[in-house]
Amino acid sequence: MATEIRTPGTLPPLPPYVPPGGPRRPPRRRRTGESLSTWRYGDRVAFALCWACGLALCLIAAAIVVYLGVRGVQYLTFTLLTTHPEAGLDQAKTGGFLDPIVGTVLLTVIGIAIATPIAVGTAVWIVEYGRPSAFARAVESGIEIVAGTPDIVIAIFGLALFQQHLFAPLSLTADGGAVFGRSFMTAGAMMSLIALPMVFGTTREGLQAVPAHVREASYGLGKTRIATIRRVLLPSVRSNISTGMALGMGRICGDTAVVIVLLGATLRLESEGSIPGFNALKGTGSTLTSYVYNNSPAGEGNAPQKAYAAAFVLLLIVVALNLAVDVIARRGSQTGLQNGRLGA
Amino acid sequence: MLERLRAPWSDRRAERVLGALASLVLLVIALMIVFVAVKAWPTLRNNHLIGWLGFGGDVDAQISDQVNGVGRGGDQFAINAGPLIYATVLTTAVAVVVGLAFALFSAIFIVEFAPPRLRRVIVPVVRLLAAVPSVIYGLIGILVLAPFVNDHLLPDGRKRSVEYVVQLSGTSLLVATLVLTVMITPIMIAIITDALYSVPKSWTEGAVALGVNRWRATWTVSVRAARPAIIAAAVLATARALGEGIMLSMVSGGRGFSPNPLDGLSFLFEPLRPLAATIVENVESLNAPAIRSSVYAFALLLLLSSFALSVGGYIAKQPMKKYGIRV
Repeated sequence: MATEIRTPGTLPPLPPYVPPGGPRRPPRRRRTGESLSTWRYGDRVAFALCWACGLALCLIAAAIVVYLGVRGVQYLTFTLLTTHPEAGLDQAKTGGFLDPIVGTVLLTVIGIAIATPIAVGTAVWIVEYGRPSAFARAVESGIEIVAGTPDIVIAIFGLALFQQHLFAPLSLTADGGAVFGRSFMTAGAMMSLIALPMVFGTTREGLQAVPAHVREASYGLGKTRIATIRRVLLPSVRSNISTGMALGMGRICGDTAVVIVLLGATLRLESEGSIPGFNALKGTGSTLTSYVYNNSPAGEGNAPQKAYAAAFVLLLIVVALNLAVDVIARRGSQTGLQNGRLGA
Repeated sequence: MLERLRAPWSDRRAERVLGALASLVLLVIALMIVFVAVKAWPTLRNNHLIGWLGFGGDVDAQISDQVNGVGRGGDQFAINAGPLIYATVLTTAVAVVVGLAFALFSAIFIVEFAPPRLRRVIVPVVRLLAAVPSVIYGLIGILVLAPFVNDHLLPDGRKRSVEYVVQLSGTSLLVATLVLTVMITPIMIAIITDALYSVPKSWTEGAVALGVNRWRATWTVSVRAARPAIIAAAVLATARALGEGIMLSMVSGGRGFSPNPLDGLSFLFEPLRPLAATIVENVESLNAPAIRSSVYAFALLLLLSSFALSVGGYIAKQPMKKYGIRV
């Protein structure tokens, strides 16, 4: 009765394969490239141009990173990171940028929290349902349109939208009844439009890369479509969603126009209202980007040292998010982004 | 209530909910056009719909009149935004043309010629350049490039030759287009690289087998097959360049002036201010009705052009789908 079932784990290990005549060396690679001297003159110039452009790219990036790195290390101090900004004419007395850092984190979280469900839902609908197909195409090109809309236009559209009385609970209402329209919530809502195309793009790509037989197997087991989506498809594109989220967070962190228009770019985080937690969301503030803008010679502060230090911190955040994209893509590469794809 | 949400959804309900989420995007676009157009209407109406697009007078003076609510000949909405539009077109066109050539050669380098070790470096580099926030580009432009131009490329004689027309400082057309080019090139490289990778390898191999060299094979086969993507890249980069406000308001000089090509080399060093930068700089004064309406009119112009460009990019990419290539 008790027949022995041998699972793969109990099999004896195979001896390593040794080809007859001992281990062979890998065949030596011979250079098969043609010699440049056979090329026409114009082709050689083009080849040189390609190299020049590629190296110039690296040089520009290196120059930006090294320059900001040097300036950042020169001006960044720990107290800058932990003190609140103060109004003042002297660079030595204007405090640090704790509030902008908190503002950046808060705004990024709000923006990505709004963008992700909408983007993932839209991507799922387009790939899995997508009927009527004309409407699906309209939605798809609609997302490209949102991706191409200038951030400053999105920002002042948000200002016009959230100054409607319908949205009064989201921001400060002045004594005369005018709605201010500027708060973390309104800025976050508009930021979600900036992050949405990123999350949508990677999620759709992931869903399209899931082979059809996976879905068919799930249907064969009697699962409904939505159950397949929830239990099979979404878990398998998790890494794509995180990639998109990281990209979207990078875009939100780096955006200045929405912050200047919709967050008020006030020096400190200002709370409105009396509900704890909610009052900070209803209040105004600034982020690292608006801090850099206002402290550059173009803004009011004109404190280039602070601007360099804040820009360095901002660059570190963006680079960290980029590294996160790489790590996620490498881990989830069975369904994820192919190598070498830049993810436009 | 929660119980009902937690219960397994029927397919029909799920489709409806997800479809509603998807149509949110279209709703937002419709709202965007309506809101911006309604706010822009006073300026459009008072300037015969397109009268404000032309040249005439000093646009900076007109804007400050609007901010102060001062009527000019009884019409406080009068504005001639020609110099701003000219500045937008000029910076965008130069940046896209220069950037496209740069991006095309870089993409060919990445796909065809770069040694594998260098390619592993250059791909993250492109991604980094695309991810650097525009305000950092602006900061470098205004704190490094503009002073450099002012100190080394602008002799006093040149400043004096135009001092009755415009003051030259480092912030200029040259710096603006230079920084803008660096900003939009990575976007184009990303799209073109993807397209070149997705051209079937056998096509170029066929060309090489016929005896042409690698450059010829790439240029005549891959690049030609990827032409739709190259056009799409240019179109999308144009949309990005049109809407870049923050960086340009930092480095372009912030003056509503039309650089004149007849000024010779000074042309490159003259200040200007594109539409998006004008919006950024007037955000604080949106309470005055005239300037608010003008700012929304600028935004409407940018919005409609970026819509047209996005749709153009979408259409331009369609031929690539014929080969089963997703870009």
